[in-house]
Amino acid sequence: MPKDSDQIESGIGASPKRREDVRFLTGAGNYTDDINLNGQAYVYFLRSDMAHGRIISIDTSDAAAMPGVVQIFTGADFEAVGGIPCGWQITDKHGEVMQEPAHPVLAQGKVRYVGDAIAAVVADSLDQARDAAEAIVLDIEELPAVINMKAALKEGATKVHDDLTSNLCYDWGFVEENKPAVEEAFAKAAHVTTLELVNNRLIANPMEPRVALGDFNRATGDSTLYTTSQNPHVIRLLMGAFVLGIPEHKLRVIAPDVGGGFGTKIFHYAEEAFCTFAAKALNRAVKWTSSRAEAFISDAHGRDHVTTIQLALDSDNNFTALRTDTHANMGAYLSTFAPSVPTWLHGTLMAGNYKTPLIYVNVKAVFTNTVPVDAYRGAGRPEATFQLERVIDKAARELGVDPIALRRQNFITEFPYATPVAVEYDTGDYNATMDKLEEIADLAGFAARRAKSEARGLVRGLGVNCYIEACGIAPSNLVGQLGARAGLYESATVRVNATGGLVVMTGSHSHGQGHETSFPQVIAEMIGIDESMVEIVHGDTANTPMGMGTYGSRSLAVGGSAMVRATEKIIAKAKKIAAHILEASDADIELKDGQFSIAGTDKSLAWGDVTLAAYVPHNYPLEDIEPGLEETAFYDPANFTYPSGAYACEVELDPETGKVSIERFAAADDFGNIVNPMIVDGQVHGGIGQGIGQALLEAAVYNEDGQLLSASYMDYAMPRADDLPFYQVDHSCQTPCTHNPLGVKGCGEAGAIGSPPAVVNAVVDALQSMGKDVTHVDMPLSPARVWAAMNG
Amino acid sequence: MTKVSMTVNGKPAQAEAEGRTLLSSFLREELGLTGTHVGCDTSQCGACVVHVNGVAVKSCTMLAIEAEGADVATIEGQAAADGTLNIIQQAFQDHHGLQCGFCTPGMVMSTAALLQENPKPSEQEIREYLEGNICRCTGYHNIVKAIMAASGQDVSAIAAE
Amino acid sequence: MYNFEVEKPTSIADAVAALSADEAQALGGGQTLIPTLKQRLASPSKLVSLSGIAEMQGMRLAAGSLCIGGATSHATVAAEATGSYPALAALAGGIGDPAVRNRGTIGGSLANNDPAACYPAAALASGAVIVTNAREIAADDFFDGLFTTVLEEGEIVTEVRLQVPEAANYQKFVQPASRFALVGVFVAKFANAVRVAVTGASEEGVFRWSEAEAALSSNFSADALEGLSVAPEGMMADIHGSKAYRAHLLGVLTKRAVAAAA
Repeated sequence: MPKDSDQIESGIGASPKRREDVRFLTGAGNYTDDINLNGQAYVYFLRSDMAHGRIISIDTSDAAAMPGVVQIFTGADFEAVGGIPCGWQITDKHGEVMQEPAHPVLAQGKVRYVGDAIAAVVADSLDQARDAAEAIVLDIEELPAVINMKAALKEGATKVHDDLTSNLCYDWGFVEENKPAVEEAFAKAAHVTTLELVNNRLIANPMEPRVALGDFNRATGDSTLYTTSQNPHVIRLLMGAFVLGIPEHKLRVIAPDVGGGFGTKIFHYAEEAFCTFAAKALNRAVKWTSSRAEAFISDAHGRDHVTTIQLALDSDNNFTALRTDTHANMGAYLSTFAPSVPTWLHGTLMAGNYKTPLIYVNVKAVFTNTVPVDAYRGAGRPEATFQLERVIDKAARELGVDPIALRRQNFITEFPYATPVAVEYDTGDYNATMDKLEEIADLAGFAARRAKSEARGLVRGLGVNCYIEACGIAPSNLVGQLGARAGLYESATVRVNATGGLVVMTGSHSHGQGHETSFPQVIAEMIGIDESMVEIVHGDTANTPMGMGTYGSRSLAVGGSAMVRATEKIIAKAKKIAAHILEASDADIELKDGQFSIAGTDKSLAWGDVTLAAYVPHNYPLEDIEPGLEETAFYDPANFTYPSGAYACEVELDPETGKVSIERFAAADDFGNIVNPMIVDGQVHGGIGQGIGQALLEAAVYNEDGQLLSASYMDYAMPRADDLPFYQVDHSCQTPCTHNPLGVKGCGEAGAIGSPPAVVNAVVDALQSMGKDVTHVDMPLSPARVWAAMNG
Repeated sequence: MTKVSMTVNGKPAQAEAEGRTLLSSFLREELGLTGTHVGCDTSQCGACVVHVNGVAVKSCTMLAIEAEGADVATIEGQAAADGTLNIIQQAFQDHHGLQCGFCTPGMVMSTAALLQENPKPSEQEIREYLEGNICRCTGYHNIVKAIMAASGQDVSAIAAE
Repeated sequence: MYNFEVEKPTSIADAVAALSADEAQALGGGQTLIPTLKQRLASPSKLVSLSGIAEMQGMRLAAGSLCIGGATSHATVAAEATGSYPALAALAGGIGDPAVRNRGTIGGSLANNDPAACYPAAALASGAVIVTNAREIAADDFFDGLFTTVLEEGEIVTEVRLQVPEAANYQKFVQPASRFALVGVFVAKFANAVRVAVTGASEEGVFRWSEAEAALSSNFSADALEGLSVAPEGMMADIHGSKAYRAHLLGVLTKRAVAAAA
């Protein structure tokens, strides 16, 4: 049963103040750039300023003689080194594996995007490195750039990779066997709604730019990399095994405090491999700190889909079939997760909250001369949600029916529900979240608010949508079949110290999510001790078990489940110890409020007495169990978790300028059970902020020559405080997940997934209410675009 | 190289600087005060905001030499000597006004400047004042709420959950 | 940044002397110059800081003009011109953000003449006189295209004298990312004339919209602007707005400025 959070003071359901905040609020955080090692050198990457070119020569002789220069590296220095690997292999609709180009640490033969690193100058200071980089003489023959995806697939188009057959990475059909039935359903449909749209290319922009600091210990032969990563073990595995050939026991990866990730700090980047490699080669620590300008052209971008979606309805307005045709930009190389985003994180979500029986998704992934594109908060699921919720809104308008009623009519209401796109939703109650939304958004009051806006010369619009997403990734056996080259379990080691305190070493990584506060709530409640007795350790491969890190809203659902499993083992063992001391049988021992007692008696033993006995085993069942109290668990989820919800946005549109302002935003989410409501609220707020950013402000725009036009905060519009309202968020609708021990669903990405269609639906509603025949405007809905749509 | 002296968080501080040394670099690299962060290079994100002679400036857009003799306040000097958070820091913790913490030093320093100028700012005034401080995590909801609370306003009616 | 020396003179005369060095450049508040230097788009050998020159600080009213020292910060103007020239105070209070306003200066802004900056519109609409160490220049003669003015090498803006109009208003429609003006219109009504200056819009930089001035001089009301428009040709275009959009905004903002000032 959901608890009433106001009543809960500790443990699951409480909102204790975050313990990590104290260091962040006092300037005592320890971010990667705050770390400096004795005698460290600095690297500056000379990056391509052209989108596509053949490298004729790189003359570093003058540069190498400049003051302070330690060494200059080029692609030639990395010929014997592996390339940056891709973590996922997609099989296309013909059963062929995707085309996978080599991805060198430094460019070899060609430069393929503005930002592609050509040379790396290591010097005593960053300024000296940059001075020397300017003295490198490049001879690069400029080639035509391939930017537009559809043009890239035309016969005879310039190829990004000469050794591939074309710019097509894969042509994926899902579910291919459904295709004829889908076609037939469309042929029989009473109504078909078609929508072409763009899911705009974004740049994640965590406020902390990426940093990599490589170190080498000559005495031990060990390499250490400090890096701004969401998953240090993944970096250790990818970089160690596939790029540099360093076994895990000689390589330590540390991701200390990380200033936001949002997906773009999942991936293994060339700069990490470079700093680790150069530190060993030079026997000197080597540091790289990205400038924001560099981040724009070297952090993996997100989204960038161009889609045509069609929805078929019968004469009673039931959805009968759905088909989509998407071009997904991969950029110039395949980043770690890139191929999975438009496929398994997107196609599998196309059923949404609806019982559409037949679905076919086609995705063509395309190489272009742009920065690699990969997961960004939501990753595939925002793209799925946006097109589906937009086409439903358009259908409702075409049919003259209420868009909420049309959704309700087609909701899935019985669970578990197997969708026609390969996933099975365990729980949900879409009518409940919609009911809650209508209440918290005060939809009944909209007409009055619209009238008030009108009196001020402004046009008010209302947009509503639903979303479902699949997160808590992922069942390893399933993703293995789908092309993942890794497992997606999570790990935890729980170490109980002699005096009763616990250290939990987790493979999850906190970079804003507050794990140091929320994870102890779970452990402390299981044992019945104070949360202050539990400490979370993460981010260092040297002292945490092999884990897969934090992305895909998986930390609590997967990492938390591993912690629960490890703690269960601890409790089981501690009960055995208690039973021995209390001279009872294991089965009769109960643990409550930190006390072990024999059921039905007043004989008891404190938690601390048992933990002490584990390490001072004077009176201990040594013949049955080992001393000590430390357990590890690896948890592999049985399924994804499926958070869902309903969102509403009200905008005011200035009909003279096209400027849109967000007046109200409400989100009713179902995340199953909630551990820390304050943190969940914060995650939803942040996701909505980014979703509104995508809808109204943000766009990574290339010109036809492959120059990024939005290459700084002067042109890439980050949401500011005055772009956004207070949000009304609610997560009291709770249908607990049935297959993880906490009954939790992920909450990290929901806000970013659910919010863009609400905004666009609202703006289209406003435009329609002005009598404009506008059925869609592509994001971002900048004043200029909205004005152009009004006056089109 | 020039010797640059200033008072930082009430204590004298001195180090060598080049002409081009930014105040942010001087604080982080010469004085080891790494609480001041650098999140952009176009003077927009505000992670680097400190106070120079009582007013908020972007320390990444001011030369260290220009702060010669100045009184500089950074995030490291905001809590009491015994570690007690000041009223703004405490409000940010109480209202979950930070997630990853990277923009937080600048947010706290900008808030201090705002409340000096305007002890009880409205929601709109707060949002406008934060134009030069970008946060990517919070969607600003709890930052604005924390600032209202720090200025003694009742925030219990603001939508929370 | 390339390295450079920094000199901190305390008088205009010393600043001018320091600027006579090869490749020396004046440093106002640095809010544009320092980001430019970070990109290595300029390589001065020496920066001459103007912020320690007392005679370039502060403001006074004289003969119907508000005279503002060239090194006066936006924050100071925003705070101290509220009584003497409220439209100007409002404009200054909307430049950049609070921290930027504490450093950025009026002299620096005018000398830089960014085509999307606010102050050039105020100077032009107020019929300002820009005083340098060497001469006085009418605003009408001062701006010379994008990022260009008639200032000579080493010449510094020591004071700006803005005629205070009977009524004025500045309307800024912000570019969503930079928060500079996508289009900004400053309307100033004087006893014998109306001046309308536009920033952010034209490929030539800040300019006066003379048709609007003529119409408003005989009838200072938004209605007087009915039917007037500027041609999109000659407007700037970028990812934030087309030529046509900027031309359209210019008309809307001018009406709003008149309505707010009237």
